[in-house]
Amino acid sequence: MIQAQSVGVVEPRRIRFTEPLRLRGGGVLPEYDLVFETYGELNAARSNAVLVCHALSGSHHVAGHYADQPDNLGWWDNLIGPGRPLDTRRFFVIGVNNLGGCHGSTGPSSINPATGKRWGADFPFVTVEDWVSAQARLADQLGIERFAAIVGGSLGGMQALGWTLQYPQRVANAVVIAAAPRLSAENIAFNEVARQAILTDPEFHGGNFYEHGVVPARGLKLARMLGHITYLSDDSLAEKFGRTLRHGKAVYSYEVEFEVESYLRYQGDKFAGFFDANTYLLTTKALDYFDPAFEHGGNLPAALARSSADFLVVSFSTDWRFPPARSREIVYALLHNQRNVSYAEIPSAAGHDSFLLDDPHYHAVLRNYFERVEI
Amino acid sequence: MGYRYDFEVITEWISPGEKVLDLACGDGSLLKHLNKVRQVCGYGVEKDPDKLVACIANGINVLQVDLERGLAGFEDGFFDHVLMSLSLQAIHNTQGILAEMLRVGREAVVSFPNFGYWRHRQSILNGRMPVSESLPHQWFNTPNVRFFTIADFDALCEQNGIAVRERLAFDEGKLVTEEPNFLASVAVYRLGRER
Repeated sequence: MIQAQSVGVVEPRRIRFTEPLRLRGGGVLPEYDLVFETYGELNAARSNAVLVCHALSGSHHVAGHYADQPDNLGWWDNLIGPGRPLDTRRFFVIGVNNLGGCHGSTGPSSINPATGKRWGADFPFVTVEDWVSAQARLADQLGIERFAAIVGGSLGGMQALGWTLQYPQRVANAVVIAAAPRLSAENIAFNEVARQAILTDPEFHGGNFYEHGVVPARGLKLARMLGHITYLSDDSLAEKFGRTLRHGKAVYSYEVEFEVESYLRYQGDKFAGFFDANTYLLTTKALDYFDPAFEHGGNLPAALARSSADFLVVSFSTDWRFPPARSREIVYALLHNQRNVSYAEIPSAAGHDSFLLDDPHYHAVLRNYFERVEI
Repeated sequence: MGYRYDFEVITEWISPGEKVLDLACGDGSLLKHLNKVRQVCGYGVEKDPDKLVACIANGINVLQVDLERGLAGFEDGFFDHVLMSLSLQAIHNTQGILAEMLRVGREAVVSFPNFGYWRHRQSILNGRMPVSESLPHQWFNTPNVRFFTIADFDALCEQNGIAVRERLAFDEGKLVTEEPNFLASVAVYRLGRER
């Protein structure tokens, strides 16, 4: 057994798609680029491909690092590599930046060929279903008819679930982590506050801020600060920061006093420095709209009857954004349809973000599941 | 645990292709066996993290659920058989879980160690808690929390309107037909709802 390790140096690739993509929200993308990375080798039978779907702020850079950026590790590097739970000696792993994103795939900050200007507010609404359609076209280009597994956490888990409904015959296994079959009113409420922070920033300019040479950094920062709180847990915030005061005592000011304030401001500023505000808006709407049961009168078991994949569903005890009860809805709906499904409820203090960490039990569950995936 | 002779009895009671739920399924050995010889649509329930991982490695469907909280989420009458092999004595909510098993299953199958077995009685008479093949733990490290005999379980079934459809008793693997409450170390029951 080799020492588990990172995939090492990786390079993104880009494919241009010239067949128009009709979007669920009514828009059409006449042509678009998808940026992606791959790790491991596609086998001769093309049967060992695993697609990793990203969440709100993720990207195609899932594992490894770039030659000129040794510290820029992929967001799920701890999962993927030789000897790691998703073992690249056995699997061909693909990460792709979704449409509407801001990491290289066509999105609101890309040039609209019809106008020669950035899309901005004109970029059409995209949904989880649209992402799945675009990912399927990428799979076609790579010669992958059927994925050994499709994996995702949070919004990425929704894409994995979406795949099993949209292309049931193209997914052998779906690994749905820290996800939900649809957002709750509370989830949508958090997203709406985040959106309002961006939409009401004077520098948003109705989405066309690029032309003004500004970014709605304040709105984006607030959105991220709010979101960040919901990705953590009361316990993890208490453990990380408690009530620790920067000056050791109250100084009665609106500057940073409590360490948790410092942390949130830092995270917010960092995020606002690279993330596109329009992408944030589009992505939170995609989250809100996802509801495969809607067309079945809210009946999730009826909606999941289309699926034929085997499932692994994972939740985390302190995740209050997508609590275990939401994952159980998926599990019991699959059980109703007599699908193969396993469910792990991982004790973790880290809240929703637990899915990105390498808790030993969590990774043991994933490792053993991937080991039994047939290729 | 070595060879589990209650598995053979349970297997006899399962028809090919049944929907089966195995509670406290351990490493999934029973379901793996039933998948192989009965092609069941089987699901296990296991709370323990290491056993859960073992189930996944064994290729069976397993759900991490705490049985003490019942089987909320499982539909009424969904399963043909709900199984619990040698675990009933380790659950606090005995009556609750029996009711839940018969709610979600057409029939329930339970096996448990008989505390009334003569060797166990002899230990008590000698002043020590019993330790045997069917009760392998010491009093201070046993996972068991309910201590009952075949006669106790029969009385509970009668009291709760549970029909005993079949009962087989064993003395360390050999079938016992006479005086099971005295001569048997393990009992296996097939239970249903009384009309």
